[in-house]
Amino acid sequence: MKSKILMAILALVIAGLIAVPWIASYFYVFIFTEILILGLFAASFNLIFGYTGMLSFGHAAFFGVGSYATALVLIHLQWPFLACLLVSMGASALLALVIGFLSVRLNEVYFAMLTLAFGMMVFAIAYQWRSVTNGSDGLAGFSLGSFGLGLDLTLGNPSVYYHVVLGIVAIASIVLYVICRSSFGMILKAIRQNPERVSFAGLNVRTYRLVAFVIAGTFAGLAGGLIAPFLRVASPELLHWSMSAEPVLMAILGGTGYFLGPFVGSAVFVLLETWITSFTESWMLVLGIILALMVIFFRKGLLGTLIDWWMEVKK
Amino acid sequence: MSNPILTITNLTKRFGGVSAVSKIDLEVMPKETLAIIGPNGAGKTTFYNMVSGRMQPTEGKIMLDGKDITGLPPHKISRLGVSRSFQLNNIFPEMTVQENVEVVLSAYHGHSRKLFNIASRNTGIQTEAVEYLKRLGIDELKGQRAEVISYGDKRLLEIAMVLAIRPKLVLLDEPTAGMTPDETRRTTRLIKALAESGDYTFLITEHDMDVVFDLADRILVMHRGENLFAGTPEEVKNHPEVRTAYLGEEEDEPVEEANT
Repeated sequence: MKSKILMAILALVIAGLIAVPWIASYFYVFIFTEILILGLFAASFNLIFGYTGMLSFGHAAFFGVGSYATALVLIHLQWPFLACLLVSMGASALLALVIGFLSVRLNEVYFAMLTLAFGMMVFAIAYQWRSVTNGSDGLAGFSLGSFGLGLDLTLGNPSVYYHVVLGIVAIASIVLYVICRSSFGMILKAIRQNPERVSFAGLNVRTYRLVAFVIAGTFAGLAGGLIAPFLRVASPELLHWSMSAEPVLMAILGGTGYFLGPFVGSAVFVLLETWITSFTESWMLVLGIILALMVIFFRKGLLGTLIDWWMEVKK
Repeated sequence: MSNPILTITNLTKRFGGVSAVSKIDLEVMPKETLAIIGPNGAGKTTFYNMVSGRMQPTEGKIMLDGKDITGLPPHKISRLGVSRSFQLNNIFPEMTVQENVEVVLSAYHGHSRKLFNIASRNTGIQTEAVEYLKRLGIDELKGQRAEVISYGDKRLLEIAMVLAIRPKLVLLDEPTAGMTPDETRRTTRLIKALAESGDYTFLITEHDMDVVFDLADRILVMHRGENLFAGTPEEVKNHPEVRTAYLGEEEDEPVEEANT
């Protein structure tokens, strides 16, 4: 019964998301596009954080590289958008394999510091390698052509682009969700709770952490490929370490223990930022207070707390 | 006569200048139950840590079924058939009791590499997990979160997980430590039944002498990292040096270096 009501709520939310361009202003079409893309970014991060227990501070590297990959392909090759996204995923996967290979051998704070360091290096490369990345200005002046698969979509139209993003994020989320629910996903959860017992069951924990890291990087790259045409620029800010903090904050805001937590976190983050910055400059102060309250009183995040509360009330 | 399943020669572990384990030679025959006793600090856990791959030996050789496993990492040694429990419960606290065993079975059957199945619909593994829980008499707890079950049940759950990888050699580190007398009796009975089933070879460290004499076919007495004596329970009971070193008054011993 309860799970049926939850499914109904989820269906309602999805219907609402599909209807956004018809019921809301252009402004909110943009806002919701951003929520979906950052939600996917945060959900990819949560595969390694919430599920596997690895706190990466360098996740923006994959997001940023994904955005540069799509921008570069659009500028130099004008491939269909779908092909751009595949290049973004491939580039991020490769980078995640290298960074992950060097990082997953370390634990906890050392892992966090190493991913942060690699993230900074990737930022420095994007910032300095002007001939390819156009330095601090980033890559702009590209435009989307066709989508691919013979679909006739006017990607320049924000409403159409929103629906494309919604469709891709939905498919990517389903894939991520299946991975989380799979036997592999179960092992990841086991690794978070007790890596030693997993290795004494005969599994190489390092390999599993690396695979999770690469999957997370790949989906962050996909999110990056979606954000470049949306922002019309791929700039070093997307790779900056402060960008790596966003999925951490979103996952914690929404709830790391639930698959949809990071999406809820993304929505709260983007909407609050939008509303609060419209009347005060100190958005960061408000965000800081909310985060502190979440961490002190609502460890399970907004989604987790709501579900807990609802389960109590409905008993 | 069959070949020994485990052959250990000159096994030594030094921490700085201190020898935690010193020149241990040991042969374990298939299907026997060998107890390792000795006061705290005698080096029992360090010995286990080397055999299970958690620590690198300083010297010596460990052969499992004729294959050299010295210094291999834990996951490889586990794959080759050595499975161990720990003094402190080592389970997955946020999962259900049944899921704890499912994780180990997924690892054993190679399902852990499947990214696109639905673990909760893996009925084969679920049935098998319940089988193992039944064998330890805790199947009625299968739906409970592992962190909320009693201390003794957690230890039994860990033994179920240890057995689920179908080990050739099972290392139990003080299986009844911290248990109530009732739990201790129940656990001893269960281990005895498992040993008598002829499916397992057990190495057991234990402080409770009643448990040791009840279970062991053979006993190795360690003292300050060394092999003090090895023999049948009867021989150990009557050995004068053993009586003073262990069964009698305990001297002040250094704290075990590697309990955790």
